[in-house]
Amino acid sequence: MKKHNTSVNTPFWRDNRIIPIILQAIFAILLILAFVVLINNTIKGMEKIGINLGFGFLEDTASFSIGESLIDYQPTDSYAKAVLVGILNTIKVSVIGIILATIIGVVVGVTRLSNNWLARQVAGLYIEVLRNTPLLVQIFIWYYAVFLNLPKVQESFVLFDSVYISNRGVALPWFDPTSATNVWIILFIIGIISSIILWKVKIKAEAETGERKYPLIWAAGSLIGALTLAAIITQQGPAAMNYPAIGKFNFTGGQVISPEFSAILVSLTLYTATYIAEIVRGGILSVSKGQTEASKALGLKNSTMMRLVIFPQAFRVIIPPVTSQYLNLTKNSSLAVAVAYPDLVSVGNTILNQTGRAVEMITVMILVYLTISLLTSLFMNLFNKKMQLVER
Amino acid sequence: MGNLNDEKAINHVHTPVEGTPDKEPPKTSVGVLGWLKENLFSSWFNTILTFIFAWILYVLIKGTLSWVFLSADWNVITKNFALYFVGQYPKEEIWRVWTSLSIVSLLFGFSSGLWKGTVRQLSVTLSVIYAIIAVMPFITGESRVWLGINILFIYAGMFAISKIPKHKVITITGWLISFPVIIFMLHGFGVFSEVSTNLWGGLLLTVLIATVAIVASFPIGVLLALGRMSSKLPIIRWVCIAYIELIRGVPLITILFMAQLMIPLFMGGINIDNVLRVMIGATLFTAAYLAENVRGGLQSIPRGQHEAAQALGLNSTYRTTFIILPQALRAVIPAIVGQCISMFKDTALVAIVGLIDLLGIAQTIVANPKFLGKQMEAYLFIALIYWVISYSMSYASRRLEKNLGVGER
Repeated sequence: MKKHNTSVNTPFWRDNRIIPIILQAIFAILLILAFVVLINNTIKGMEKIGINLGFGFLEDTASFSIGESLIDYQPTDSYAKAVLVGILNTIKVSVIGIILATIIGVVVGVTRLSNNWLARQVAGLYIEVLRNTPLLVQIFIWYYAVFLNLPKVQESFVLFDSVYISNRGVALPWFDPTSATNVWIILFIIGIISSIILWKVKIKAEAETGERKYPLIWAAGSLIGALTLAAIITQQGPAAMNYPAIGKFNFTGGQVISPEFSAILVSLTLYTATYIAEIVRGGILSVSKGQTEASKALGLKNSTMMRLVIFPQAFRVIIPPVTSQYLNLTKNSSLAVAVAYPDLVSVGNTILNQTGRAVEMITVMILVYLTISLLTSLFMNLFNKKMQLVER
Repeated sequence: MGNLNDEKAINHVHTPVEGTPDKEPPKTSVGVLGWLKENLFSSWFNTILTFIFAWILYVLIKGTLSWVFLSADWNVITKNFALYFVGQYPKEEIWRVWTSLSIVSLLFGFSSGLWKGTVRQLSVTLSVIYAIIAVMPFITGESRVWLGINILFIYAGMFAISKIPKHKVITITGWLISFPVIIFMLHGFGVFSEVSTNLWGGLLLTVLIATVAIVASFPIGVLLALGRMSSKLPIIRWVCIAYIELIRGVPLITILFMAQLMIPLFMGGINIDNVLRVMIGATLFTAAYLAENVRGGLQSIPRGQHEAAQALGLNSTYRTTFIILPQALRAVIPAIVGQCISMFKDTALVAIVGLIDLLGIAQTIVANPKFLGKQMEAYLFIALIYWVISYSMSYASRRLEKNLGVGER
């Protein structure tokens, strides 16, 4: 051992085991130093303008109003509640946007593969135009040039006597809960569950016995049965309809969708749908031609082939990139700040300007977005795993 | 013609049966009619689709054309044409912008003479755009002269480059030094009268921010990717992972807010230019995304390459720079171009933090009471500018992908 050491006497600065350790130590020290200097500067700078770092201010009264909110919010509530309103608004626009973008994206993606030449070209045109212009410009066009240019409330477009379209938003008839609503909801849920169970049981029986068991009829029948029961018990409809009407300055009644929300939702949906469409198209193309031919040889109908052979395989390819598009949509919803839709960034920006607490508010925004991103990834990873288990 | 040949070919193979003369293929399965039947009217469903889409197209085209030529008021564009491109850049110094543009045009000419193909198509497109702008009635005489010079430079460069010795070296060095030269020209730095960055605006500022973000983020992105892949240096690896995931998890706008509000605090009172702060934010943001692209390339390199390089006795620095990175980067060129396009589009966000880039200047112009209610015209015009540039890049990237043969299975 001693002899070996003397014969191969590597100086430590050329020892392959020691160099990485030294390098990393230097790196870590430099990084920590940089952080200390930056944080020190920040604290000093904040002291100069008379602000101490800390999140205590979130308890203070916000004293600004927010245009739309999912929960009850008053200007007398705290900043923390205002932030919560912002988060909920972000989630609202993201969830609705994701659902709509997926539907449009799948339809356009399939249209891109249609055997109709004209349909392919129109879908391609839509994708090329919207993909290659900045989302923010699209938001501006939708908001300033479309939704704010609609006629005034008194001169709204009226559809079916109940939907009003104006520059103050779109007013839709909405449901008012009645005494019967709860019974309807409970029976509806029971109907859905029983129809799913019946569907599975009948499908299984069909596979085992080889006889037709009509699962679709059974499933639909149980749902209709449950709803009929609800109608018999309550003797009335599930909810009262609340129709909007034109008031003096604004709509009364119904549900009004603000132009800010409409602009951000429409632009996010149409923009993200182009990406989803390309992903769907790629996913379908990635399923090898032999699969189509084999299912045709088995005598499957086109729709059955798509549902049972092509889509399950395409799904595996589609899910990971679509997940990242969902995350992009959620992050892009932060552009709402440009049209003053009160999402997280917009509310955070207002608070930041009011209190001068830049560091804290930016930290809050970053943490919320990171949490949303992580939760979405987690959920989609689980879904992805499930899909892949189905495959093998 | 093609059909005749086919028939002959068939006749050679099959001896015609006695008494059954060859029939022409039915008119409905060849030529224009055949194409129409196959692609538009192959089934009743397809026919309905065709009519629906034809109707959509008709409404769209009719609406657009009648709006563009009848109801739109293009004064908001023509009266402010220069503003969209250079913002508040002083009129007396505008020759500096033109000179910078001429340098770029000349380099485009050189490159298209050298590499032909896609680059040549792009250069010709560029010259056509110059020509279209030059013939517009509202363009000043001086601008027409400059545009003419630019067109001349493109074609002169295209034909002259092959006659110059060492043309490849000259072109590549030209591109490399053009950026600092242009920044120097635009700013002045004491040699010319100084034009501070708050006067830069419009498309000029958009392109500058995008270029800086892309160029500066490249080395950072490569280092981050290498750091993330280095299994022997766990501290560096985890720092890189944390950085990449943190940046990718938050929207660009929060990064820009951070750059605007927190960099001055971090620096302890040292004043950093507004434009520079935004450039730093955009660079740090793009670097994280670029790192993920490069990592994809690094992971696609088979283990054998590492082992072969090791067997040749190369140390780890040489292995990475000469063997692994060149192959990894080549594999992800399309992804990197995609990142450039998305960075270019994302520069529109700097308008939110108060810079007057292309979008910012449009916002300023439509806020002028003289152009009240002309948002559609102004925003569609800048959308068109963004579209032309992004689409050219994505077109070039698709061609490049084909030529390189990457991304093909």
